[in-house]
Amino acid sequence: MTASTANNRQIQGLNEEALRVQGIGEQRMLLSLATPALLAVVAVVFIPVGWLFYLSFVGADGQFSLEHYAKMIEYKSYARTFVTTFQVSILTTLICILIGYPLAYFLAMLPARVAGFFMLAVLLPFWTSLLVRTYAWLVLLQKKGILNDFAMSIGLWETPLKLVHNMTGTLIGMAHIMLPFLVLPLYGSMRKIDRDLMQAAANLGASPAQAFRQVYFPLSLSGMVAGSLIVFVLCLGFYVTPAVLGGGRVVMVSTQITAILENQYDWGAASALGVVLLVATLVILFAATRLLKLDTALFGKH
Amino acid sequence: MSSQNDQQSPPTATALPIHIQGLTKRYGSMYALDTVDLEVKSGEFLTLLGPSGSGKTTLLMAIAGFNRPDAGSIRFGDDEVILTPPHRRNVGMVFQSYALFPHMTVAENVAFPLKLRGIDAAEAAERVAAALDTVQLGHLGEREIDQLSGGQRQRVALARAFVFKPRILLMDEPLSALDKKLREQMQIELKHLHEQLGVTTVYVTHDQREALTMSDRIAVINHGRLAQIGTPREIYNQPANAFVADFIGESTVLPLERDSAGRLCFADQVISEATAEKVGEYSLVMRPERLFVTDGERNDSDQSIVFSGVVREFVFQGETAFALMSISDQYEIAFRFSTDANSSQNILRPGDPVSLGLNRSDLIIIPREDNA
Repeated sequence: MTASTANNRQIQGLNEEALRVQGIGEQRMLLSLATPALLAVVAVVFIPVGWLFYLSFVGADGQFSLEHYAKMIEYKSYARTFVTTFQVSILTTLICILIGYPLAYFLAMLPARVAGFFMLAVLLPFWTSLLVRTYAWLVLLQKKGILNDFAMSIGLWETPLKLVHNMTGTLIGMAHIMLPFLVLPLYGSMRKIDRDLMQAAANLGASPAQAFRQVYFPLSLSGMVAGSLIVFVLCLGFYVTPAVLGGGRVVMVSTQITAILENQYDWGAASALGVVLLVATLVILFAATRLLKLDTALFGKH
Repeated sequence: MSSQNDQQSPPTATALPIHIQGLTKRYGSMYALDTVDLEVKSGEFLTLLGPSGSGKTTLLMAIAGFNRPDAGSIRFGDDEVILTPPHRRNVGMVFQSYALFPHMTVAENVAFPLKLRGIDAAEAAERVAAALDTVQLGHLGEREIDQLSGGQRQRVALARAFVFKPRILLMDEPLSALDKKLREQMQIELKHLHEQLGVTTVYVTHDQREALTMSDRIAVINHGRLAQIGTPREIYNQPANAFVADFIGESTVLPLERDSAGRLCFADQVISEATAEKVGEYSLVMRPERLFVTDGERNDSDQSIVFSGVVREFVFQGETAFALMSISDQYEIAFRFSTDANSSQNILRPGDPVSLGLNRSDLIIIPREDNA
């Protein structure tokens, strides 16, 4: 009796320690796989950003100072830069939603193989240099550009429209470049919507419009919010397109930073702008995730 | 679903018959439905049974309005609906995937068809509660869909399909995702629910046992055509052809020959005298459980016929044992008998000689189809 209990106890703990060590070893292996990426993130993100953060608090005399931030409040041009930046970002995001939602819906309705072909058309611009695409828009949109020439030759308008070197040109170019970032996550979330759900809605008496509004749209919302956030955040720090197509009239934070560095070589002021933009972006992202949770509460989980 | 007052409650919906004529649906050169004629009687539980790809789901989807047939007529009562879009057909449907809206609670899902019909909130809430009570989910109205088990989702889908009192209810393999125990329980519950609602029900399944359990009538479908339609007993006891005999239940099919008098025979036994005037070739179908082990003597009485051979296989399967008997190494007959704990006499070893009897009333004779 006692012998068998002792024997049982022995069997209970059999190889326990060795199995635990093996488990920990596997976890360490996984961690070591992620180490290079983690080091790279520290090296290329945290260190430079930390350095810029530090610089923004160093005055002309080399002492701690808030002068760069004080300047931003003092001069109206800084405020205007931020307003323009958010204006361009919000408008670009809205244009992308207006164009991208129907496009993603169209792609999601196609059989997967056909959709893949059309997806190429969405992704193709990705394979061309950003600069090339931006200058292509310049060629198309400028005063004696292809669009104006054509429209005037068929009599749509008589004097050339100002389509570039202003807000219009910037928005056209930005929307074109940002569109895939909205369409891809949106298309992904639409593909995941079970087609039976639309059939069920119809079967229960919903007209196609009602089924879309009450079932499809709420379920595609998560993809739309994700895509919109990506587009919006990318727009905030965008440089090339506003610089080329804005023609100096659309001053965004990124263009302002370049100007400060080129004209004044003032790292502190440039860093302060960068820090404010970064903080503003984080605040917006935080607010958006809170809002997203609000959405899940309103529309349920999916 | 099986509370005591079920029997008293009157049918909540007026049932409608479904008349289907010449329904044809082609995919390329393949006929998914080949001029199908089908009458579903008012208030009956009709099952469309067939293997996958037989066209049974295509037929159900055509009734629901989700696919456009190439030709034919579908009438609900007197109304032709072949051109009516699905959202105006007013039929309830339970999908194989349940198709519950993941962004709505249980109660919102069930209220969905009521809201679309403009039923005011108070009445809608009452009917949602009643429907959820009927499927025994009265306490789960506020749950999110992803918090439910498979069986609970199935019940929500069901409640949503009948809450708006449709006169026709369609179900597309609604139990196929459930485990065996729950599936068998739900079969009985669905049957009771059908009795309670009195609604004309068309049910699709590939599970013959499910079809036999639940249906008033079964329509067996194969290659886009109706192979046979009848009550479960008719389908099982008098299959019209080899496909039905093989698809429903287990069976052994033996070829029959004619003797000089034109009677149908197997080996040297006269199987049937009555079919002498019929031309063509016939087969004998035997159900394994209708065969019984007899004491060796081969004496064909008026009541039964006897086959003799040797045991080829013997498998214990729990409630029954299954065995194969081989007749002169040419034919194999499957048979089955119930087991008990100490049934030493029921243990057969391969190689043992055995005789099997079959009552003449259990004989099934079908036309032979070489291409079946």
